[in-house]
Amino acid sequence: MAKLNVNGKVREVDVEADTPLLWVLREQIGLTGTKYGCGVAQCGSCSVHVNGEVRRSCSIPVGSLEAGDRIVTIEGLAPKATHAVQRAWAEVDVPQCGYCQSGQIMAAAALIAANPDPSDADIDAAMTNICRCGTYQRIRTAVHRAAQINKSKAKA
Amino acid sequence: MKKRSGTTGLSRRQFIVGSAAAGGGLALGLHVPFGLAAEARAAGEAPAEVNLWVAIRPDDTVLVRIARAEMGQGTLTGLAQLVAEELECDWDKVVTDPITPGRNLAAKRAWGEMGTGGSRGIRTSQDYVRQGGAAARIMLLQAAADQWKVPVREVSVDKGVISHAGSGRRSTYGKVAAAASKLAPPDMKSIKLKDAREWKVAGQPLKRLDTAPKLDGSKVYSIDVRLPGMLNAAIKQCPVFGGKLVSYDASKIAGRRGVKGVVKVGDGSVAVVADTWWRAKTALDALPIVWDEGPGANVTSAQIAEHLKAGLEAPNAFALRNEGDARSAIEGAAKKVEAVYSTPFLAHATMEPMNCTARVTKDRAEAWVPTQNAEASLAALSEESGIALAQCEINRTDLGCGFGRRGGNQDYTRQAAAIAKQFPGTAVKLIWSREEDIQHDFYRPISQCKLTAGLDRDGNLTGMSIRVSGQSINAFVNPAAIANGKDKRQLQGLWAEPGDAQLGYAFPNFLVEYAMRNTHVPVGPWRGVNTNQNGVYMECFMDEVAKAAGKDPLEFRRQFMANHPKHLAVLEAAAEKAGWGTPLPAGRFRGIAQFMGYYSYSAAVAEVSVSPTGELKVHRMVLALNCGHAVNPHMIAAQVEGSVALGLSATLYGENTVDKGRIVQSNFHDYRSVRLADMPQIETVLVPTLDFWGGVGEPTICVVAPSVLNAIHAATGKPVRSLPLKNAKLV
Repeated sequence: MAKLNVNGKVREVDVEADTPLLWVLREQIGLTGTKYGCGVAQCGSCSVHVNGEVRRSCSIPVGSLEAGDRIVTIEGLAPKATHAVQRAWAEVDVPQCGYCQSGQIMAAAALIAANPDPSDADIDAAMTNICRCGTYQRIRTAVHRAAQINKSKAKA
Repeated sequence: MKKRSGTTGLSRRQFIVGSAAAGGGLALGLHVPFGLAAEARAAGEAPAEVNLWVAIRPDDTVLVRIARAEMGQGTLTGLAQLVAEELECDWDKVVTDPITPGRNLAAKRAWGEMGTGGSRGIRTSQDYVRQGGAAARIMLLQAAADQWKVPVREVSVDKGVISHAGSGRRSTYGKVAAAASKLAPPDMKSIKLKDAREWKVAGQPLKRLDTAPKLDGSKVYSIDVRLPGMLNAAIKQCPVFGGKLVSYDASKIAGRRGVKGVVKVGDGSVAVVADTWWRAKTALDALPIVWDEGPGANVTSAQIAEHLKAGLEAPNAFALRNEGDARSAIEGAAKKVEAVYSTPFLAHATMEPMNCTARVTKDRAEAWVPTQNAEASLAALSEESGIALAQCEINRTDLGCGFGRRGGNQDYTRQAAAIAKQFPGTAVKLIWSREEDIQHDFYRPISQCKLTAGLDRDGNLTGMSIRVSGQSINAFVNPAAIANGKDKRQLQGLWAEPGDAQLGYAFPNFLVEYAMRNTHVPVGPWRGVNTNQNGVYMECFMDEVAKAAGKDPLEFRRQFMANHPKHLAVLEAAAEKAGWGTPLPAGRFRGIAQFMGYYSYSAAVAEVSVSPTGELKVHRMVLALNCGHAVNPHMIAAQVEGSVALGLSATLYGENTVDKGRIVQSNFHDYRSVRLADMPQIETVLVPTLDFWGGVGEPTICVVAPSVLNAIHAATGKPVRSLPLKNAKLV
């Protein structure tokens, strides 16, 4: 039995302690926006935030999480997809198949939270998730755009 | 953000409503397809079916029916644009609705072919979907004219608002759709489609219709399907291709939490079924399995390479082209250039792994599956479940990548059906691990190529010969397509005849041959298919010969392209945009390439630098494409950008090697993809000539590798002839 704080709600899940967070989110909690892509923390499709940091949930055993750890998935990033990253993604029309985009968006959201005005080099270093469709160029554009959206919000 | 949710029937809420209804329907012996039924319920008003392609609700929402698969390539939006263009409806009120193969079959395939591969999604359905939109418009205007008792020629429409100038009366498509749906369709031959120069919706860089649910996790891919009482399955296939399952010891996993059973699947696989996939997967990992690895058990990549190498010199080969006397022309030349190139097997590695959810009862079978060919999925489901086609249905979900992996080969659909059959009435979701995916693909075929050319004293080409030796896709998937041993498909892009895959050069003496050398490794189409390898062989060798002739690579190519003006125009467009021949910053070098596939013409210029320690950086790539008609330039650019990414993954990192009969690589750590930091700046130049319809998803990938390799050659003075580059020392 594990107690998890997911998107602000505390959930009790009856799973083995070595079950990866990814599969608990998808199978026990029913949040399928977080995707399975590799299971070995390579592709980042399963990216979520744990206490504000981007983590690859396929490689986090639920037993290693504390009840106080705040887990945020794509479904809980912002109400009605209003996060600056989501808005930027929509403006730039980033996704192709879309499968990896939950993870890309979570990675980008963590990046601009930590670094409000990332350079191209910062984006190269932080955005390491795989997209086999090849949306990378638009991801770069959209991360810059998200930073701009946040800046204009701060001014307003 | 825009309110539009894009595709219908695929929001989670609607999906679960529909799925639950389907379950209830099954109990009553009825079937409720989830897409349209759920959407109609959710909206609370049923649309009027004007014709096959267009249904309109009283609130003016236009449902455009989509038979082709959407896997990121944008076909869904492009097809909707084409229908909307002829329909003259309000683009902001367009939603799309997938046609299921069961429905298509019941209607005698009224919606045409559903298969989505070979970059055919738009180019081979554009005519009948545009006619569908035009026919619907004619019927809607007629319905309004009938209502107003005025001649239809006095009625006009703008964005779905119908008006009669004489009386000032106005109506909307939504108001007359029910009446229109009762009218006889117009004679299709009488329909004149718009000239593309008049397009207002098509041809525009509109945003995709299906983006919103990809931004908040609400989009339901097949892997996300959840059905009442559903079980989950994990599968292991014999690691050696062609091997068989001998036995497994289920007692070792008996009593594990959630495990419902162990199932033999076909001859060569075993699956564990459990309440959750994670429990199924971990139990499967703990299951002792004995395989009969079969005759392929000792095969290595080195053996395969020898087998292919022998094909380069073998006396028997299929000569696709034998113009003049290439051998003598090369033998007698003042200078001879010769090179042997090679390219490896490549897995597709779609982001969404293979998966399928199936439910089989005694008289009905149903599956949810990411498929590029829903009709092939339906056939696979029917064959494997033993349920007649008419009692089967495939619920289509958009795919998390396709790349050719999920077309005719419906191995995972068959497996899911075989497993679900053993749990009658219970839905079972089969998901492959990434390891299974990388090690049990239908790989891009391996090949080698020997090219020779002769030059006279003035550097003029006297002749050229190309011999490809390698595995055949058709021999594996469709032997009937190889008439009299003439497997033209493996020479894709080198063909003489115009249209599909014509070589853009005319050489004085020219020999093009293929020696089929098959292996036990399954092969299949991989985005761009054989234009990938043949593009590398032809275009890199062109640079080698140009260098030997002392000519600029662009100038050298031009002299053979006088009779191939479309190829040349695209090459010139790329060169111009890239500034071919203009100075570059110190240390940067350019490479150029052009090639053709899927009826479209592509060219690229790459700019690279190679550090003193041999590290490659691709800075910029300019790609030019003539796809005839550009239905959505914004999405075409996205396809070009995606082709650069997948093409660079193959160029830099991609290879599947064989040891002990099995694929060595297992996941993204050793089957690497490019990441954002690897990407160059990409510029797309579209030069559509409006006189044909070419593909978009695949054509440009074939010029990515050769333009980069040619730039490396320019930078280092040394050609790289074997992919991927991770194995090459550049300096």
